[in-house]
Amino acid sequence: MKTLRRVGLYAALGIAALTFIYPFIWMASSTFKPVAEVGSLALIPADPTLDNYRTMWARAPFGRALLNSTFVATTITLSVLLFGSMTAYAMARLEFRGRPWLNTATVGVLLVPGQLTLIPLYTLIVQLGLIDTYAALILPYLFNATAILMLRQFFLQIPQSLIDAARMDGMSELRILFTIFWPLSKPVLSIVAIFTFMGSWNEVLWPLLVVREQQLMTLPQLLTVFALGGGAGSVGVSLAAAMVLVVPVVVAYMFLQRNFIESMAGAGIKG
Amino acid sequence: MRAERRSGTLLAAPYAVFLLVFAAYPIAFALVLVFMQWDLVTAPSFAGLDNVRLLANDGRFWRAVANTFVFLSIHLPLQIATALALALALNRRLVLRGFWRAAFFLPVVISGAVVAILWSNLYATDVGLINNVLIRLGLGPIPWLTDPLTAMPAIAVMVTWKNVGFYVIIYLAGLQYIPRSCQEAIELEGASAWQRFRFLTLPMLLPQTILVITLSTINGFQLFIEPYVMTGGGPLRRTYSIVLYLYTNAFSYQKMGYAATIGVALAMIIGGVVLIQRRLIGKAEAL
Repeated sequence: MKTLRRVGLYAALGIAALTFIYPFIWMASSTFKPVAEVGSLALIPADPTLDNYRTMWARAPFGRALLNSTFVATTITLSVLLFGSMTAYAMARLEFRGRPWLNTATVGVLLVPGQLTLIPLYTLIVQLGLIDTYAALILPYLFNATAILMLRQFFLQIPQSLIDAARMDGMSELRILFTIFWPLSKPVLSIVAIFTFMGSWNEVLWPLLVVREQQLMTLPQLLTVFALGGGAGSVGVSLAAAMVLVVPVVVAYMFLQRNFIESMAGAGIKG
Repeated sequence: MRAERRSGTLLAAPYAVFLLVFAAYPIAFALVLVFMQWDLVTAPSFAGLDNVRLLANDGRFWRAVANTFVFLSIHLPLQIATALALALALNRRLVLRGFWRAAFFLPVVISGAVVAILWSNLYATDVGLINNVLIRLGLGPIPWLTDPLTAMPAIAVMVTWKNVGFYVIIYLAGLQYIPRSCQEAIELEGASAWQRFRFLTLPMLLPQTILVITLSTINGFQLFIEPYVMTGGGPLRRTYSIVLYLYTNAFSYQKMGYAATIGVALAMIIGGVVLIQRRLIGKAEAL
């Protein structure tokens, strides 16, 4: 009876897991199928081809989009880590005027849905003449309230004696932050890095508003425009384009699974 | 002390400026835009309550609101049930526990645009994977995304699939807090598996369930890329979402005042719905 139930449990889990993984495997395999085969359930193409990838690469600047996405997401992540931890350090460990105000404002920002500020931010970018620039994609994300609150929370737990000793040695606050706090904060820094990078990598609404020039589009945006504009022409081609976006993420996910889950679940709950 | 103050101010100043420019100003300006008409080309003009009046009588906007409630009425129960079931299954001694968890979480890390494109193909009427299976079983094909009755439910199922791994993690965390002694006590009383679930596990997981409801409600009101990619809001506008309507007004019609009004209304609706949900749950708990 007990073994029977265990077999049942594993069978149910297996089927459940398959519904989450199978679509991605089907997607990967479809990109190697010629048009005639796409509807088939078979995972291994009878007549494998790279045509879908060639077509996709030739019709839209996906290589450029890959660079754009990497550049934008990396810049935002570095800024959120560097400037975010400078801010969080000040908010957690330094006395200055306006500190309580800054804490309240940071929590307040998290309560405002992004759609409220979407249009005013868009008109601001238009008025600054930043449409079709990297700056439009990066500036509004230079700081992240969730990240600052997480870092602040972590920095609050580091003993004051470490700061006092470092100050006695004549260390500047920046050196204390980067040589004493950062090495102790690796777990929270990696959490912040992953959810910031992933958030930027997958963002599509904001780029759709502020970028129209194909050469500046990020991957999810170009993919959306490409699939909707009929540029793809066939299922295989649009799925091949989607693969450019998915493969780096899945590879990173396979290696850093635990960190990904901790990071994205944690950020979602706090945010 | 003075040195500390100075470095504190210096380190926090860039963020303070950022908050002013990219948070305070847009929030304030959103409220100003509600009373303006602006196409971004000519100068903005004062429009009084025109936008508000237009919104109150705009069938398309209210259609989008109604669509969101249709979406939530399917998405919320389904999301809670699937997340809870998977979390309970994972909360046992299992071989490959990490693998199962990672499998369910996989769609969470994938871009919504990719998921939407992938599922348009899974749902496709003639060549879609789902209909391919249904036809073999003699049950199909069903025109999932082109039938006004099934389009929004189909999107709701897809979004549930994409997010369930995230909510499984929330429930798994909650399950850690159910004391071993409570479980032993209720087992000694001779409770059946269903009774244990109904009278111990479910009530103990109430905080997590509230969180799941709140987060997936907010998420549901922000539906955009799915209808944008999969249906364009059709058929018969049955999948038109509020954010899609906001985007269309800003991007296609250049109506900044009206788009901002939709944004403000959306924020108020989200706040209102979440508050009402919490009240109702509070009342249900008191009974």
